[in-house]
Amino acid sequence: MSAPNKAYDPVEAATLSAGELQRMQADALAAIAAAANLDELKTARLAHAGDRAPLTLANAEIGALPPAARADAGKRVGAARAAVRAALVQRQADLEAERDRRVLVDEAVDVTLPWDRPMSLDGARHPVTTVGERLADVFVSMGYEIAEGPEVEAEWYNFDALNFPPDHPAREMQDTIFVAGPEPGERSGKVLRTHTSPVQIRAMLTRPLPLYVVSPGKCYRSDALDATHSPVFHQIECLAVDEGLTMADLRGAINAFVEAMFGEGLQTRLRPDFFPFTEPSADVSMQCHVCRGASAKPGGEPCRVCRSQGWIELAGCGMVNPRVLVACGIDPDRYSGFAFGLGIERSVMVRHGVADIRDTLEGDVRFSRAFGMEA
Amino acid sequence: MRLPLSWLLEYAAIDVAPDDAAGVADLSRRLTACGLEVESVEPVGHDISGVVVAEVLDVAELTGFSKPIRYCQVSIADGQQRHVICGARNFTAGDRVALALPGAVLPGGFEIGARKTYGRVSEGMICSARELAIGEDHAGIMVLPADAPLGADFVTYAGLRDVVFDINVTPDKGFALSVRGVARELAISYQVPFTDPADVGLPADVAATSPEVHPVSIEDTTACDRIVLREVRGIDPATPTPLAMKIRLARAGQRPVSLAVDVTNYLMLELGQPLHAFDRARLHGPIVVRRAQPGEKLETLDHVVRTLDPEDILITDESGPISLAGTMGGVATEVSDSSHDVVIEAAHFSARGIARMSRRHKLGSEASARFERGVDPQLPPRASARATTMLAALGGGTVVPGCSLAGEEIEPVRIAMAADYPDQVAGLVYGLETVQKRLREVGCAVAHMPGSAADRPDGAGAGNGAVAVGVEVAVPIPDAGPADRRTRPDHGRHDRPGLTLLVTAPSWRPDLTDPADLAEEVIRLEGYQDIPVRAVRAVGGRGLTRRQRLRRTLSRALAADGYVEVICSPFTSAGDFDRLQLPAGDQRRQAVRLANPLSDDEPLMRTTLLPGIFRTLARNLGRGFSDVSLYEFGMVFRPKSGAPPVAPILPVDRAPTEQEVARLGAALPDQPLHVAAVLTGNAEPAGYWGAGRPAGWQDAIEAARLVLRTSRLTFSVRADRHEPWHPGRCAAIVIGNEQGQEWLAGHAGELHPRVIAAFDLPARTSAMELDLSVITTAADAAGPVQPPALWSYPLAVQDVALVVPRAVPAADVERALAAGAAAAGDVRLESLSLFDVYTGGQVGEGFKSLAYTLRFRAPDRTLTAEEVRGARDAAVAEAARQTGAVQRGGSS
Repeated sequence: MSAPNKAYDPVEAATLSAGELQRMQADALAAIAAAANLDELKTARLAHAGDRAPLTLANAEIGALPPAARADAGKRVGAARAAVRAALVQRQADLEAERDRRVLVDEAVDVTLPWDRPMSLDGARHPVTTVGERLADVFVSMGYEIAEGPEVEAEWYNFDALNFPPDHPAREMQDTIFVAGPEPGERSGKVLRTHTSPVQIRAMLTRPLPLYVVSPGKCYRSDALDATHSPVFHQIECLAVDEGLTMADLRGAINAFVEAMFGEGLQTRLRPDFFPFTEPSADVSMQCHVCRGASAKPGGEPCRVCRSQGWIELAGCGMVNPRVLVACGIDPDRYSGFAFGLGIERSVMVRHGVADIRDTLEGDVRFSRAFGMEA
Repeated sequence: MRLPLSWLLEYAAIDVAPDDAAGVADLSRRLTACGLEVESVEPVGHDISGVVVAEVLDVAELTGFSKPIRYCQVSIADGQQRHVICGARNFTAGDRVALALPGAVLPGGFEIGARKTYGRVSEGMICSARELAIGEDHAGIMVLPADAPLGADFVTYAGLRDVVFDINVTPDKGFALSVRGVARELAISYQVPFTDPADVGLPADVAATSPEVHPVSIEDTTACDRIVLREVRGIDPATPTPLAMKIRLARAGQRPVSLAVDVTNYLMLELGQPLHAFDRARLHGPIVVRRAQPGEKLETLDHVVRTLDPEDILITDESGPISLAGTMGGVATEVSDSSHDVVIEAAHFSARGIARMSRRHKLGSEASARFERGVDPQLPPRASARATTMLAALGGGTVVPGCSLAGEEIEPVRIAMAADYPDQVAGLVYGLETVQKRLREVGCAVAHMPGSAADRPDGAGAGNGAVAVGVEVAVPIPDAGPADRRTRPDHGRHDRPGLTLLVTAPSWRPDLTDPADLAEEVIRLEGYQDIPVRAVRAVGGRGLTRRQRLRRTLSRALAADGYVEVICSPFTSAGDFDRLQLPAGDQRRQAVRLANPLSDDEPLMRTTLLPGIFRTLARNLGRGFSDVSLYEFGMVFRPKSGAPPVAPILPVDRAPTEQEVARLGAALPDQPLHVAAVLTGNAEPAGYWGAGRPAGWQDAIEAARLVLRTSRLTFSVRADRHEPWHPGRCAAIVIGNEQGQEWLAGHAGELHPRVIAAFDLPARTSAMELDLSVITTAADAAGPVQPPALWSYPLAVQDVALVVPRAVPAADVERALAAGAAAAGDVRLESLSLFDVYTGGQVGEGFKSLAYTLRFRAPDRTLTAEEVRGARDAAVAEAARQTGAVQRGGSS
């Protein structure tokens, strides 16, 4: 074994020869480069830079060299070890980066996979409900309050108080479903309400003046069911009774309503009509919200929504007939009023392009689900 | 109401031709704009060409075919002869006919060619009325008058090119069920002269009576206030109705019958006055208008023998009833092909009486439709005079001068109206001149109420009218022509005295009774397009009520929980109650019955939402969906016990009293709002992650809990037995308040297997139904939310496992634990949650273990272990006392 500075042992010192050091450095660098992953690099580090590595041992041999040879050998061994360390650091960095890259790649998933494992199914509200709420809210935002009434209604509220005289053909306009009387053929004085207008009477009898109410609700008529008629349907109507109300106020309310519900700047049009409880009465059309009337002009693209009429019939309206005010104990010399009503199903159909009213009645989950929580 | 343009133009001097598309469209628009909605505009006669007037020269009968066939030689003009095959037999040589030449086009684009048929060449076709679209008659060809010019173009000769307007006449506008009414509206719209057809061709004295005419009297003036009879004698009943009249009748939708009937129908369409023609020879004694007597019967023209009601209004003679007044004549006195002497009847019947009779007998006619809507009471003498004149002229008879008349003079309606009332309704200043002009145009006489502007500062003169509602004190109106019309600056009423107009409504407008009616006339004739738009004024609303907000919140909560809202049929039947297994005395079997249900199978209104939502569920299942959760909000109808069976009809000339309103309310059923939910299949869906979780009783009860929790109500869930639920899987949901009061909100759970089978639903289908009226009332009664004080000292958590008999409801154990903890001083049990339920060997047969986490906190200190144990032990002790619970593991 060698002893420090005792003698120069050429055999032992052979490890410090230039050729041998170069070979050791080359072996180390090759092993480092060959390490394919961090585990192999760890093995290579132990083999070529660890305590028992040839270059480490060679470094220990330097002390055994004659003093004159030490500096030169130390320089050469130091350079070789530095090169190996640098290669290790570089390879370590490369392999770590590669590992990180691979982890991210390996862990990537198909983010488009459906994951509809909810704790519940897909719920939804009915558009007649949500559109009805929106319609009501337009009025509520103008300061109206929501008034409600029963669906099985006294004839007096449904007809008489609304100036439908007994046996007048106006009653026949609304195919009425009557409640059976005590004996077959006898009258009960009760009907399934044919419109929401009886709520007007109830509101006028019970609420203080001035009065601004909106009444949504279910109505019944013995109409045959087809694409545009349903025996059970929903209406919403507004009623304003105040001092000095005129048809100009009615038009203002209609315009505000149409703009809020169907779009800014849509024009409206009134044409004479007849309802016993309003005088004058009118039907309301609005400019088609889809083509804005363009389809009715020469050369216009056809419009499915308004059937290229340019206008869509939307509602009935009028100034409250003074006789109705009288039946509710309101002084028609002091107060006047207007009313305005429309079908909620019809609004859903117009606004959402529903062609067949039966879609709103069948309870098919696909229909409500298409609307979700809000309409 | 179908009316041809040519007829209207006869009385309104408008310059528009039937082929002037723009002019016709404008006319149609004007009709709609004045309140006569045009439903269709149908050009007629424009699609016919190549039809000429021809004369039949010779008729040869062909034999050997399956039906008799004629081979006719016809002449169009001198020297132009053709041969045509014809299957009709109602003509002879010498008759003039409408001949479609080869190349002719008939309505519907039907082209006529020369063709060989029945072994001969037919050079054209002799036309029937139906083939020319001027009637339904197809029994034979149309024989033309002998003076029809040979060779003339038939379309031109007969004036076939026309436009038919189909007008939707609203029930208030009886006057518009006539050429007279519609032409008057058009003349106003175009501002052209109008000729009143009721003034045309009358005798010098229409009111002159004569004993020569068949006598008449009225027994009941509430049924009829005027009747006129006139007579024509010696007409030839075989006289054909003139072609032009037939064409107009056909275009208006009337079937030509016979000359006498056609004349009455023609005048009804022209004037609006229904007329009836009796065969004089078949009348027995004087005619009397009266109500029916018990047991009387009448066979009407539709060959139905009708048993008469004492309220029916009848035309009678000594033989009994001969006509249902204003509705339909009787068979016995009908004019026939042997009627030479005809009695024309024109009357003014009670609108309401005719309406009731027509409904009672389910018999509507053109006549009854007019009487119901109001007929001009001044028309009977005029219309009857025109009828006899026309009938005599056409049928070769003689008019018996004068008439026989019963009834009274009918006073016109006078209405007092503030002169600016139309302005106040419209929000627009029309001006006195415009108001007067428009009212006069519709036929009103307008006068100024004497002294109304100057001498009556209180404006009380307005109260003089027949109906004075809506009459207002008014300011004098500055005359404002259309050019300087302006929006009223204040839209309000005026306190200064003004001018009152005294307006006499024309006899043909029984709908004009109130100032509002007069205002409407002015406003509609001036045009709705002129009405200004006034911006919405803010009014002080309070927004939605708490109940209304809660309903929306509950609907959103259920939807967010996976339920889909549906709207189901509200009609039901006793069969549904059987399918629900409801016991005989169940309150839900007491239902509102309909007199005329949409379907006889469902004559009742629902008392529960369940059958409807079950059927909707079944429909979805039928469409291929298996995991379905539905909910519905809807009213149910529960008759009140002891309620009066009939709701009274109250007066309308004043407000009802409180007692009257209460009587109406008492007769109506209770109509609480319910919510129901039903679910089947998976509550949590299956997928590639694995199996889903089947929906079951827990979900239905949880849906009910969700509603109650969302309503922030204190409630308990209790085991119950209630149809249609599974007796072992049914929960009652009970609301309680701090005062110990309780209200049943409804039930939830799995449905009874028999119910599931009866409604054809999948096994284990579960449902809930709650009374939202109870819930929202309870929620409404609760005050504003009082949140807990947010103590910040540390939480102490204790778990306990309690063994109880299996039949003990967990809710009872929970309630007892909470009560026990609450009694343990100022330590608060902040929450209590069940985290395990165990049944098995370790707890013994018939027992279960319920494991709870109890979380305690104090307001002012960290709880010591001793305090926490004390509170826990107090809770457990109370549970032991109330439910027999034993703590598992025994560490206490």
